[in-house]
Amino acid sequence: MTDAPLVLGIESSCDETGVGVVRGSTLLADAVASSVDEHARFGGVIPEVASRAHLEAMVPTIERACATAGVRLTDVDALAVTSGPGLAGALTVGVAAAKALALALGVPLYGVNHLAAHVAVDILEHGPLPEPSVALLASGGHSSLLFVTDVTADVRPLGQTIDDAAGEAFDKIARLLGLPFPGGPHVDRVAVDGDPAAVAFPRGLTARHDLERHRYDFSFSGLKTAVARWVERAEADGRTIPVADVAASFQEAVVDVLTRKAVAACVEHGAGHLLIGGGVAANSRLRALAEQRCLAAGIRLRVPRPGLCTDNGAMVAALGAQLVARGRPPSALDLVVDSSLPVTTVRVG
Amino acid sequence: MLLLALDTSGATVTAALHDGTSVIAERAVTNARRHAELLAPAIAAVLDDAGRDRTEITDIVVGVGPGPFTGLRVGVVTARVLGAALGVPVHGVCSLDGIAEDVSGTGDFLVATDARRREVYWAAYHRDADGAPPERRDGPHVSRPAEVPVAGRPVTGRGATLYPDDLGPAGEPFDVRAGALAALAARSLAGSGTAPTPVTLCSSEPMYLRRPDATPPGARKRVLT
Ligand SMILES: [Zn+2]
Repeated sequence: MTDAPLVLGIESSCDETGVGVVRGSTLLADAVASSVDEHARFGGVIPEVASRAHLEAMVPTIERACATAGVRLTDVDALAVTSGPGLAGALTVGVAAAKALALALGVPLYGVNHLAAHVAVDILEHGPLPEPSVALLASGGHSSLLFVTDVTADVRPLGQTIDDAAGEAFDKIARLLGLPFPGGPHVDRVAVDGDPAAVAFPRGLTARHDLERHRYDFSFSGLKTAVARWVERAEADGRTIPVADVAASFQEAVVDVLTRKAVAACVEHGAGHLLIGGGVAANSRLRALAEQRCLAAGIRLRVPRPGLCTDNGAMVAALGAQLVARGRPPSALDLVVDSSLPVTTVRVG
Repeated sequence: MLLLALDTSGATVTAALHDGTSVIAERAVTNARRHAELLAPAIAAVLDDAGRDRTEITDIVVGVGPGPFTGLRVGVVTARVLGAALGVPVHGVCSLDGIAEDVSGTGDFLVATDARRREVYWAAYHRDADGAPPERRDGPHVSRPAEVPVAGRPVTGRGATLYPDDLGPAGEPFDVRAGALAALAARSLAGSGTAPTPVTLCSSEPMYLRRPDATPPGARKRVLT
């Protein structure tokens, strides 16, 4: 594989400045600078704060990635960058940086879709992606079910959240329970000691009439309101909030719907593999329940390690390397940022 | 010396090459919303126009604003990454100084640009004699047009065209030219070590002049009424 092209990928769609280096499907470096601490006191990502942090972190993160990979920038054969979807101002920093690199190095540049990159990253860890596969992507910014027949060219949306993203729901419930931002890891930790059946919170879009129109879509805002209502009632009654039970019951409601719909999508679309990505893939209960349900349905589950599930540059480089390997044409130097880039556009022309 | 200058602090995306003697290529495209799209092609175009190769670049000069944030960052990140990849130094210049460079005549004058939200970025300059470089004496600041201390001084730049009642009549030039930034930086780099430099080059840190809009969340909103 030493002859496979060396690809550097840049990711800046939210609050992580990620620069990854891959050779073919081998991961050489995955440098990430996060501005998450700067957003913590706001309880959510502040776009301008994230954009400023991307600017400051960009060159040091590129240099760190090259140092870790043991390569010089002049060794790079191709570049890939997230063009969307994401925060426009944040994406702009990464795209401008990638274009400057393409210009300075005289190498092709691929503007890629962030969601497709979340799928492609697993190739670095678990080898070629069986086609077709179903991918469940859940994070603070997105919650989607995708049908993937070719990660470089044919990714179709099966469903997505119609309101909050799954990770966003974790953040909001964490705040309600007095847990820090970002909420995912804290809810997961606290829920370990709780009873997931303590409170029967609603499962969004799972009723028969919802399934007709929103078979693979998600909704977490009703769940969020139900948890808030339950907590307020308990407070009004002067009861101590059973934080562990509420966290476990909320978490169970989220991962139940995510895994139930993901497995159903695999079965109904004849996909033998389910891939899970995005920050929420780090959730221990999601992994456990997905494993259990995939096993029962005869589906192989693929989940990259947590560092590759959250936003990073390696995923962008991984998709870039696939595009190079499949001979897809690069993007033009006037490549644009598209904050709502549809997942069907894997590569921006 | 082959100096590449660029600026995205205003509505114009501009790039220029300077060979130490004069500006040898310059491009400008005005489209306030498309900085990230237009800058790299503009740089490629000036290299092409001048028949020079990117590897010949010895210095990079970038207008560091003040200017609307997203556009401003396009120029700054481009300059920093080019500098790192080509292994050449990156110099910052206040973008308003670039506009002042193009103002003719002597005496006191102001430069004002659009800061959006009904405010302007501005700085005050003085030029001693024709041909001498202007000297920035106050600023840059961000203010409401009515609060700029014009005091009878002529005002140049896009800000004056937007708020003629407070700042007008507007004098040319309206926008910064990368060629002006290049000339200013070339002069400053040539003079360093010998004579006092008329304009101080700065780091490539953007001049935001405003803090990010961000408010910590207040008390939890109740859902029960
Ligand atoms: Zn993501």
